[in-house]
Amino acid sequence: MISDAASSVVAERAPDGTVRSGAPVLSADHLVKRFFGQTVLDRVSLSLQAGEIRALLGENGAGKSTLINLLSGALQPDDGAIRLDGCPLALARPLDALRLGISTIRQEFSLFDDLSVKESLFAGNLPVTRFGLVDWRRMEARAVEALARLGFAIDPDRTVADLSVAERQLVEIARALTHRSRVVIMDEPTASLSPAEVERLKAIVRQLAEDGIAILCVSHRLEEVVDLCDAYTVLRDGRAVAEGKIADVTGEVLARLMVGRAIDSGRVGSQAAAGRVVFEARGLSAASDAPGAVRDVSFSLRAGEIVGLAGIVGAGRTEIARMIFGLDPVGAGAMRLGDAPFRPRAPAQAIARGVALVPEDRQKFGVFPPLGVAENFAMPKGGQGCVGGVLDRRAERRLLAQFAATLNLRSPGADAPIATLSGGNQQKVVLARWLALAPVLLIVDEPTRGVDIAAKADVHTLLRRLAAEGIAILLISSDLPEILALSDRILTLRGGRLTGERAAAEAGEETLMQLMTGELPLHTTSARLAQA
Amino acid sequence: MTILAPLSAAAQRRPNHLAATLAKLAPAIFLVLLMILFTSLAPRFFSSLNLFNVLRQVSIYGILAVGMTFVILTRGIDLSVGSLAALTGLVAAVVAKGGADGRFVLPFVSGGLSWPFAALAAIVVGGVGGLIQGFFVARLSVPSFVVTLGGMTVFRGLALIVGNGGPISGFDEAFGWWGRGMIGPAPVPVIVFVVVAVLAGFVLSATRYGRAVYAVGSNPEAARLCGLNISGVLASVYALTGLAAGLGGFLLASRLNSAEAVAGAQYEMTVIAAVVIGGTSLYGGRGGIGGTVIGVLLIGVLLNGLVILNVSPYVQQLLIGAIIVGAVTFDVFVKGRVR
Repeated sequence: MISDAASSVVAERAPDGTVRSGAPVLSADHLVKRFFGQTVLDRVSLSLQAGEIRALLGENGAGKSTLINLLSGALQPDDGAIRLDGCPLALARPLDALRLGISTIRQEFSLFDDLSVKESLFAGNLPVTRFGLVDWRRMEARAVEALARLGFAIDPDRTVADLSVAERQLVEIARALTHRSRVVIMDEPTASLSPAEVERLKAIVRQLAEDGIAILCVSHRLEEVVDLCDAYTVLRDGRAVAEGKIADVTGEVLARLMVGRAIDSGRVGSQAAAGRVVFEARGLSAASDAPGAVRDVSFSLRAGEIVGLAGIVGAGRTEIARMIFGLDPVGAGAMRLGDAPFRPRAPAQAIARGVALVPEDRQKFGVFPPLGVAENFAMPKGGQGCVGGVLDRRAERRLLAQFAATLNLRSPGADAPIATLSGGNQQKVVLARWLALAPVLLIVDEPTRGVDIAAKADVHTLLRRLAAEGIAILLISSDLPEILALSDRILTLRGGRLTGERAAAEAGEETLMQLMTGELPLHTTSARLAQA
Repeated sequence: MTILAPLSAAAQRRPNHLAATLAKLAPAIFLVLLMILFTSLAPRFFSSLNLFNVLRQVSIYGILAVGMTFVILTRGIDLSVGSLAALTGLVAAVVAKGGADGRFVLPFVSGGLSWPFAALAAIVVGGVGGLIQGFFVARLSVPSFVVTLGGMTVFRGLALIVGNGGPISGFDEAFGWWGRGMIGPAPVPVIVFVVVAVLAGFVLSATRYGRAVYAVGSNPEAARLCGLNISGVLASVYALTGLAAGLGGFLLASRLNSAEAVAGAQYEMTVIAAVVIGGTSLYGGRGGIGGTVIGVLLIGVLLNGLVILNVSPYVQQLLIGAIIVGAVTFDVFVKGRVR
């Protein structure tokens, strides 16, 4: 259900082909990108004027990263055109974009840990003498110049690995400057910065814009977007659904535009009346003191309850799961499981107490690619139904067969390498692995990421059933409709702290989005409206 | 298999399965072809006398290769096995003789102990040497290549110290039986190799521990999340290669009727080659004892056949090197297809 306010913004979207005042520096014209037949970007158009700071908004999976990859030459569009000053570009690789003055500052940094700052600044673009050797003197001078322009006093000879995250971010920006960029694309530039650093970064970005550089900024933090950007483009499900001037909208409207679709009416929650408290965390803090690390988190889980943990990437969701599972050390606070204190030092201890974790990155943490389906299934503690350390493969297969039926698992056979299964079926095997242990507390982190729709529905059905059987489930997901459809209660996290708790029945995507991205400073927004 | 829903016909025809099956069978096919080739060129290659000769030649390599298979399955490497075999051979010799041929004498055991003590001493020293290396790899996260490269030199140095630079030779008959004796037509070391291989094959394929070895090798992070003791498994595989080196060292001393510090030189290269040619992936998690046995036989047959055909030893080196690179290239290629 899109409200009137939202649709009016959609209507304001400039009709295609309309030339706006001041020709754009960079424009994307009806870009299309497909992966394996699935359209992830559908005729997306966007333009950047010199000196403009444009926000690119959208939920996880809306297509922001793909669009950035196309603009920076990391991917090539299947259709549509990218134009610089009106001339179509064929960007075959990132270096092409860089040479044309389009710099991209990515979330995962593209610096080189073992090189010095100045070498990193000029990687791929080293100044050379007329003999083809590296011109260290010119490199040094230009590095100092670029860093000074940012008001950033740092020794260009320092090694990148020694820099703080914020410093690296600044080096990335300096790198963009050394390339004499005309367009700078920033992917979540503030995700790992402290508030003071964010302010400094904002000042620098404004300075760049004043110098005539066009900036495209991806951010989840609406507060910042409203404060920093002049214009916005909202992506949803691979389409550009709205664009306009920030001054014309409120953060609330932006949140609604990002979420967009009508709230899933299939909200069921688990029917079982929540039972006794199974798990409790009180004042839980991470041992790490990095900004954004988990701080003072308290919550409880009851038997038969699904509790959603919502937050943007980096808000601390996975970190909480890792602490409960004994993967990361707990800095402060206490946990209880059942009737006893709980402080696992290794996953084996958590497993022994009946805790199971289905991890977020299946390839990295979940499956053993060369091993067979049955072996992957029976991996916890090394095997199912062992007698004296000897495996009972028959018992394992019987158990797998039971779960294969309930999970609707499709596999070429129990011996086939799990790598030959689809993502959804791999995920089912990983889920079945833990269900076979009959856990008390099940933590699922992004259970349906990269899973097709049918498998997703299977996983949802299964989670509901497990809750009905009395398992307490902590559901971590970036997919808000998923959280809303499954959870009884929803906790929101932001920057490592709990920002709210809502019964699913009274939570909406917009409320959650606001809790996740920060309470909107309404006075700022209205002030801007008044100015306009 | 009725328990799992069948795949569509199209999915079943994936080339992945074909490539994977081919990869598994390739070393065996190559071995058979090689044997046919040698037999046709020199019929006496295929006599039982010569074949047992091949087996005897490879049995010590084979025992070391069985241990090495565990290490490589966990993405590691152990370069120290040859040196450790030399050291443990000397340990066995010193225990058996009660000293080192007049250079020094062990206290309390004047005249030496019988072979069980000698063998046990060799195996224990091997196991401890391996475990120390395992500790560095597992608990201190030092790359196995570096740890065992150091171990290779350290053990060789210890061997020189123990033997004081010279050989220790001349053992009693019972000691010598293990390396030179026969049971029926079969040389004793061959039987020891078979027993070790069968035992290790069982451990790897049918026990919780074996599965943990594969798990740690194929995805250590996921293995940790499954509650497996990663550093325990890692340390143990180096202890196992150490035990195998101890057994190999004892057999080598017995067969040669002499132990010396330069014994077993470059065994590690032959052993690693055998494991890799046998299809155990250097990327961990794939392979097994069956392949290693084939790999060991392949190297044995190749060396023996080339000698029978009077091929220059220089060319032998070249061929083995080429086969190693070929086998690993094949492995990488198949891995690309299966993933």
